[in-house]
Amino acid sequence: MAGTWVFVEQRDGNVRKVTYEMLSEAQKWGDEVAAVVFGKNVAGLAPEFAKFGAAKVYVADADIFAQYNTGAFVAQMAAMIAEYKPNAVIFAHSFNGRDMASRLAQKLELGLATDCIAAEISAGKGLFTRAIYAGKALAKVEVAGSPVLATIRPGVWSLVEKAAAGEVVNVAVAATSADVYQNVKEFVPSVSARPELTEADVVVSGGRGCKGPEGIALVEQLADLMGAAVGGSRAAIDSGWLPHELQVGQTGKVVNPTLYVAAGISGAIQHLAGMSSSKFVVAINTDEEAPIFGISDLGAVGDLFKVIPALIDELKK
Amino acid sequence: MKVLVCVKQTFDTEAKIELKDGKISDAGINLIINPYDEVAVEEGIRLKEKGIAKEVVVVSAGADKAIEAIRTALAMGADRGILVQQDTAADEFARAKALAKAIKDEGADIVLAGHVAADDGSSQVPTRIAEILGWPHINVATTLEIADGKATCKCEADGGTTVVEVALPAVISTQVSLNEPRYPSMKGIMQAKKKPVSTVAAEAVESKTKIVEFSLPPAKAAGKKVTGEPADLAKAIADFIKNEVKVEIKK
Repeated sequence: MAGTWVFVEQRDGNVRKVTYEMLSEAQKWGDEVAAVVFGKNVAGLAPEFAKFGAAKVYVADADIFAQYNTGAFVAQMAAMIAEYKPNAVIFAHSFNGRDMASRLAQKLELGLATDCIAAEISAGKGLFTRAIYAGKALAKVEVAGSPVLATIRPGVWSLVEKAAAGEVVNVAVAATSADVYQNVKEFVPSVSARPELTEADVVVSGGRGCKGPEGIALVEQLADLMGAAVGGSRAAIDSGWLPHELQVGQTGKVVNPTLYVAAGISGAIQHLAGMSSSKFVVAINTDEEAPIFGISDLGAVGDLFKVIPALIDELKK
Repeated sequence: MKVLVCVKQTFDTEAKIELKDGKISDAGINLIINPYDEVAVEEGIRLKEKGIAKEVVVVSAGADKAIEAIRTALAMGADRGILVQQDTAADEFARAKALAKAIKDEGADIVLAGHVAADDGSSQVPTRIAEILGWPHINVATTLEIADGKATCKCEADGGTTVVEVALPAVISTQVSLNEPRYPSMKGIMQAKKKPVSTVAAEAVESKTKIVEFSLPPAKAAGKKVTGEPADLAKAIADFIKNEVKVEIKK
């Protein structure tokens, strides 16, 4: 065993919470935990990783890593794996994490478990739980190899602070411009001030019952009162009231917040798949027989156009 | 230009999942083209309609019945199909190997595939295919432009969107918002029956991972249901949110 590596998910030095979630959980596997960060001017982040148990922080700092690109990141990681031989490398199941892990796994001819919600890692072996059919079923997957590779769903593991050395190891930059095959011409940050759907503690979603932009506006007002992310059922997306990246369900995102509020969503099975692992579910729907009530902790049978404004007033009290 | 589209046959997204003898049961399940791959098929057909592509070939790795998914793609307007016969238990590594072999044998300028499958949700295969072929790739494309031997896509990214350009040949994985797939016409369905579909055996490659157990998540029990005037409902919800869930309210 030569350590569990947690690949740091960051952009311009802003580290995503899932990185700390992975560092926290990795303590349980009994091996030395290290954070691995690629970027430009990122060495200063090391003390943050040490707080969550990183004994070492491997830093590859270079212009070529200023923004994510598959070729350079995979080449760098492959070179570091060859040199340091970690037992396992885990990534966030983000767009970048899954992209990098998939290409790396194939380059090294290794298995990979993606979007895992639980993990047990030992020497040369990992046993991972994955939600399949968007959460309608679970699969336990055994991944053998050196290193064991996986991507982890954000928001499923708790943060546990544990002070560690956080010894910075500046690694040689192995990636060259010859490794870069994608020209990333532009990055446009999302304009929303709301939290990212898959990382939010509270999600408020609207469905067919919102009837149009006015109903969605109510959903958004309620969301902002709770610092929540906004989501939508397929009906709301297909009607063009919300962009596709906010769709919750089997052909959209799977969310697992503490609180999920479903407004005007009947609860088609493909939607339930995307949100039923939420800790608490509140539903507002005019149809008493709506399937969403079957998985709701609190179901309110009523018209969202009347209930949500009253709820906003009530919450403000 | 030749477009190759990878399609996977998956369960209908409305399907209820049940276990039988410890495995996922497919009894009575309606099988469809993975919705993300369906978008890739549509995009391939549009490239042909725009005169950018000459031929659209659909390839699927899976059981013999996956030919139905290929026929659906042909009915939409693809030209030919290739079925790579493979055990559906093959993992992402083995599936990527099988598909990449078929792509290499066939030859292509661009490979389109859904960025994730609605069943296993693993989102690995297109990227793995690109690595095997030694081609660039772009993941989660929401637009696709082809010009001067290059593909340019707008993509969903962490915290925003990116615009990425790669040289062809390349693998592009598609997001469902890329387009609205057409329904096959009656004429298309009739023509599809006559379009050629070849069958090849998958390269014998061992999977790197193994599913050791399937289970169903614990069913979430229904809680309280309240009825009455909107004001009363609002009170009940506000009480629940403030006192049970303990959400911080931004007044």
